[in-house]
Amino acid sequence: MDNRDSFRHNVLTSGHRACSGCGEAMAARMVSDLIGPDAIYINATGCLQVFTTHNQQSAWQAPWIHSVFANAAAVASGVEAALRIKGKSTPVVVQAGDGGTFDIGLQCLSGMIERGHDVLFVCYDNEAYMNTGVQRSGSTPHAVRTSTSPPGQFSQGKKEIKKDVISIIAAHNMPYAATATIAYFPDLKAKVEKAMRIKGPRFLQILSPCPLGWVHDSALSVSVARLAVETGLFPLVELEHGELTGVMRLAEQKPVEEYLRPQGRFKHLFANKAGAVELRHLQALADARIHRYGLLDADTQWDTETAMQSERNGRGGYWEEREHG
Amino acid sequence: MCQPQVVAAYPITPQTHIIERLAQHVADGELKAEFINAESEFGAASIVLGAVAAGARSFTATASQGLLLMTEVLYNIAGLRLPVVMVCANRAVGAPINIFSDHQDSMSVRDAGWVQLYVETNQEAVDTLIQAYRIAEACGLPVMVCMDGFLLTHTFEPVDLPTQAMVDNFLPSFQFSRTLDPTRPMTLGGASEADNFQEYRAAQQSAMEDAAPVIEAFDAEFNEQFGRSHGGLLQPYQLDGAETVLLGMGSLMGAVCDVVDKLRDQGQAVGALRLRCFRPFPVQALVEHLGGAKRIIVLEKAISIGAGGIVAAELRAALHQAGIMTPVESVIGGLGGRDLTPDVIEALFQESSINEVGTTFQFAPDHVSLPQKNMEATNNG
Repeated sequence: MDNRDSFRHNVLTSGHRACSGCGEAMAARMVSDLIGPDAIYINATGCLQVFTTHNQQSAWQAPWIHSVFANAAAVASGVEAALRIKGKSTPVVVQAGDGGTFDIGLQCLSGMIERGHDVLFVCYDNEAYMNTGVQRSGSTPHAVRTSTSPPGQFSQGKKEIKKDVISIIAAHNMPYAATATIAYFPDLKAKVEKAMRIKGPRFLQILSPCPLGWVHDSALSVSVARLAVETGLFPLVELEHGELTGVMRLAEQKPVEEYLRPQGRFKHLFANKAGAVELRHLQALADARIHRYGLLDADTQWDTETAMQSERNGRGGYWEEREHG
Repeated sequence: MCQPQVVAAYPITPQTHIIERLAQHVADGELKAEFINAESEFGAASIVLGAVAAGARSFTATASQGLLLMTEVLYNIAGLRLPVVMVCANRAVGAPINIFSDHQDSMSVRDAGWVQLYVETNQEAVDTLIQAYRIAEACGLPVMVCMDGFLLTHTFEPVDLPTQAMVDNFLPSFQFSRTLDPTRPMTLGGASEADNFQEYRAAQQSAMEDAAPVIEAFDAEFNEQFGRSHGGLLQPYQLDGAETVLLGMGSLMGAVCDVVDKLRDQGQAVGALRLRCFRPFPVQALVEHLGGAKRIIVLEKAISIGAGGIVAAELRAALHQAGIMTPVESVIGGLGGRDLTPDVIEALFQESSINEVGTTFQFAPDHVSLPQKNMEATNNG
């Protein structure tokens, strides 16, 4: 794939209505420009759909369809099946927020992966239902203030921890699942390109800061995303056929406070002793993720061949067949 | 026959062997299609939505809870003006859970923007599906072919299957003008606001109104080519000189026609009218057929709880607007698979349901004969 001119595709044009500093808009532009206009894009309901297709206007210069909130992966399954029977190889890409991925869209996504559709599913994860006004989602991290997990006398924000969706997705024994952020473009680019070389269901979870919901300066979106990685709260990993095949290691671990301080959604944690307890919880979560993925350890062993072989021996998805046929 | 290229479904009684047989056709290579086992009916409807948007003729089938699980997508398919065709194997809606036939499922989604055709026999189901694709693709509307669960889906009867050449001659290959295609990029399903949303709805309404003559024309054309007509919008039976007309939908009309025959033999001026097309609601055709009737009895297998008979209410509105003040007796029966026997239907004819002011409908008596039922009531009282 020659990507020298990738940013000239302009699949997602300017003039759309995203907020300034929108991480999702940045991520969607990066992804769609890398993939290009020769693809069919299916969008779940959410910010991206609303700010790009407002009232008979469209910012998309590629075929694009939105149906409802929960069914993007199923619509993509149908599009891909139609292309397959017609003998076409147009790439099919789903774009959804964390609501359309972690929560309301999870069932269709699971079905799409289980059936082995040749679709790239991209989740722009901004860790709450931003489109409806910052309500908590299954992706919202522990102790975050949202409009439905407000801190108060008996609350320090969201009680539960962020759903580990990448592990849930990878557990489908699928060809490729990875996390990325808008802060490391070369990493994101490599992952999109890799995903586009692989047949079958693929999944990218891209951390996309939301200045409105995270309550940070809109100029800080990229640096906030970088801090999520550097503190260990959002590990950048790749999983192939359920096995961990790549992590972005950290030269050093930054304390979570550096990530939390610039964001108003964590402000209440710095106000009292109860908040201080939650800060320790968040640090412990970061430590656990660093330990789990070996982010401070030696080089990760890439073992793609073994993973691919186990898949072929295990059940042999049709995407393998079609690669040759 | 119709050569769908994508079939997606989630099994639910009594729809199951429709999709099981299609899966076998695909497995045997008799049907060149992608058969997609959806993770739910919501997914199945979404898959055919995507497949049709990508230009492939598609098929799904469901019933009851499954149809209601599709509801959000049904509206969306219609709003996107995608010519999806599906079969609803009509079944009751829980609770209490009940797998047997009535029309509550499809009647509950009557406002979704789908053409709804209710068939009486398995032959009509075959023929109507062929017509349905033609209607859907000509009108840019999704079509739901409603066939009674078990009463039709699980009943064996001889069916004349037309040859593929005949079907191909009647039904041209699917060419979708708004296909998702990178050479002609289009945005489908973008957001709309107050300044144009109503126009989208008005366009749907207008397309639905325009579909009525198309449904009639295609049935007539089908008759020319296949030698069978199913009435288009309505199928009258013994309406000449009929003072009382029994009106209903679906397989129950076989028994109704038997009762009409019996009563005609007894010298009663009675006829029947089968409503084949419920959406679009054929107001004009109904007025034409019922203008001379002195008594109209609507027998239907669904209820709008808190209001009563759905077809009856719409028929009253249609007649009223045409200045026809003939009372419409509304009877609800056959719910959850209960038999609507000729005895029951005859009893409806014999006893007027218009008794008290304020009564807009009644439930049909059950399948025991009336004298016996009265006796039981006396014994219990």
